[in-house]
Amino acid sequence: MTIDPRTDVPPAGEMLGDTHCPVPDTLPVGLDHVPTGVDREQAEHLIVNFGPQHPSMHGVLRILGELDGEEMISGEVNIGYLHRGIEKLAESRRYDQVGTLLDRGDYIAGIHGELAFAMATEQLAEIEVPERALWIRTLVGEITRISSHLLWYGPMGLDAGAMGQFLYAVRDREMLLDILEAITGARMMFNYIRPGGVLRDLPAGIERKILEFLDHFEKMLPEHDDLLGGNEIFQLRTKGVGVIDRDKALAYSLTGANLRASGVSWDLRKDRPYAAYDKVEFDVPISNEGDIYSRYLVRMEEMRQSVRIIRQVLDGMPEGPHTAKVAKVLRPPAGEAYAAVEAPRGEWGIHIISNGSDNPARMRYRPPAFYALQVVEDLIPGTLLADMIVVAGSMDIVLGEIDR
Amino acid sequence: MNVAYAALRVLAGLGLMLANGVVLIYMLRKVLGHLHVRLGPMEVGPKGIVQTTADVLKLLTKEDPTPAAVDKVIYFIAPAVVFVPSLMAYAALPFSAKWHITDLNLGLLYTFSILSLIPLGILMAGWASSNKWSLFGGMRAVAQQIACEVPLLLAALPVVLLAGSLNMNDIVKAQAGYWLGFIPAWFWIPMFPALILYLISALIETNQTPFDMSEAESELVAGFATEYASMKFGLLFLSEFSNLFVQSALIVTLFFGGWLIPFVPLELQQKIGISAPVVFMLKTYLVIFVMMWIRGTLPRVRIDHMMSLGWKILLPVSVSWAMITAFVVKLAEVGR
Repeated sequence: MTIDPRTDVPPAGEMLGDTHCPVPDTLPVGLDHVPTGVDREQAEHLIVNFGPQHPSMHGVLRILGELDGEEMISGEVNIGYLHRGIEKLAESRRYDQVGTLLDRGDYIAGIHGELAFAMATEQLAEIEVPERALWIRTLVGEITRISSHLLWYGPMGLDAGAMGQFLYAVRDREMLLDILEAITGARMMFNYIRPGGVLRDLPAGIERKILEFLDHFEKMLPEHDDLLGGNEIFQLRTKGVGVIDRDKALAYSLTGANLRASGVSWDLRKDRPYAAYDKVEFDVPISNEGDIYSRYLVRMEEMRQSVRIIRQVLDGMPEGPHTAKVAKVLRPPAGEAYAAVEAPRGEWGIHIISNGSDNPARMRYRPPAFYALQVVEDLIPGTLLADMIVVAGSMDIVLGEIDR
Repeated sequence: MNVAYAALRVLAGLGLMLANGVVLIYMLRKVLGHLHVRLGPMEVGPKGIVQTTADVLKLLTKEDPTPAAVDKVIYFIAPAVVFVPSLMAYAALPFSAKWHITDLNLGLLYTFSILSLIPLGILMAGWASSNKWSLFGGMRAVAQQIACEVPLLLAALPVVLLAGSLNMNDIVKAQAGYWLGFIPAWFWIPMFPALILYLISALIETNQTPFDMSEAESELVAGFATEYASMKFGLLFLSEFSNLFVQSALIVTLFFGGWLIPFVPLELQQKIGISAPVVFMLKTYLVIFVMMWIRGTLPRVRIDHMMSLGWKILLPVSVSWAMITAFVVKLAEVGR
């Protein structure tokens, strides 16, 4: 029997079988799906399917666009192509194993997910984290922030059609991944930050390697900035495009650089200090325009601030144990805890409910990119096809984190 | 005899075009590679020089599926409609005073009119593919072409006025003298605004970044070529590189003295017959290198910005520059 995907799509309800959750009237399945509210027979506009396999859709995002010539009339964002059930899987993992799942959530900056989870667990189990572990956490957190922002900066240019600076960005990021590999043992999937501290102490000689990178990067950053931000074509395409004003940013619960580009100064590292952020000096860059270019400016400045933080951390790194004494199998008392960190993409929150066993009874996380993606749907109408891609890219979306 | 000789010349033109395609693709990969702090192809042959040949063989032997929904006739003709004009455009290029496929009196006009057939083929490819991305690519190609065609011609016009001929060899010979006895009298110095206008229009005409709207890979997947595979795709690809070569050759002919070698007497140049084509190719490849450099660095211009650039800036500026030149040329004639 051959299956024709255009006709053999089962009705929405049947797909999910007998479930207790409400099923929406139209599931975005099948090739003939059109955005909600559009009559397929009457439609005057071109319906175009961006993704999930499209060269510039980040990850497996799918945007169903309605186009009038080059202009987007509307766009419907469909997610879920990368769903792996991370939250459910966490219920059958021990507390020190959950980090591996969270790494696969935000796979570009996994450290921050681990950190949020470790902090929530420490709250539950009332573990006192030694000073040195806090400083190491700050160090790897900031290294990851630079590497994540570089991986935003590069594809931003790719989305706009420039290729050179992407490769310059990944060249610099490669040095960071080497450093992270030396510290944690892995390039992306770390599981390094554990409840109570960090997995291992810093390796010998890592300080010199990091300083080497910082010196190199401080020279390169103005060049990166010139190459993309100083380019008139890029400025023409980003200034005044995809504007999120202050109210909209707050209404959509944006966090991180996306929020700060709309003129709201909110950074968990300053406002709810964790790890060693209260002991280092740095500025929180904000910009008031709310367009793509200010999101660009904020992220570039954040990289400069991260360099500043890393230098202070290397100077002030205290001696001592890298982890507290934690039971091999952690069984926090029943209760719940929420902890949030300022990840590169915004507030990464973790809520754990414990029932006293060695697995979390329920874990839920707040992925910042999920909120950033929602505002994209609002920004699309009225933009051009080319702008839509840049707008979606400017929000710094990681689908692994959104789809879980 | 004459017919056989002419046929041989055409074959040589075809050979040159194919060889150009292979060399240019390798050059693009290496230039972009080194601009991008990587090495480019390194595996097949020393420094990867046989890589493109291997790729051409791969393209030739690949399965060539035809999507079910395409408009078959137009879908099959379109690559030829793109390829043939870009081959014909070689006909009037002056590689030296004697090395050309044919010496046309209206050579420049002929080349421009032949090149303006290409968007038709691209539109056919985009339209017949029955793919929305292809359609976008085809439509953009035409819009783009119309926006830049007029400035392109008007940027070449002042040079024609200065040289007083549409024959490309005459245009080259008109640049043979020296100013102040030591500056080669190539037209790029008096015609600098025209050179800039021509360069931008040529980038648009040849679909080069920052104006590669018709196959913008981050927006349109592969634009008009999305549904093409195997050698049909190869033809579309080849004609793009060939257009790049033709436009660069035109820039060299119009602005950089064609096959002329500075400070070497014209008689001596004509005696050593081979030197002129070599110099011409060298100059052309230098211009191509500049275009690839631009391609490796700049982001893509948005379609509406490009349209307003074409109609609101390039067109009026090129018209005024052509009028100024015409006025000055007439004045000089009257003065004489």
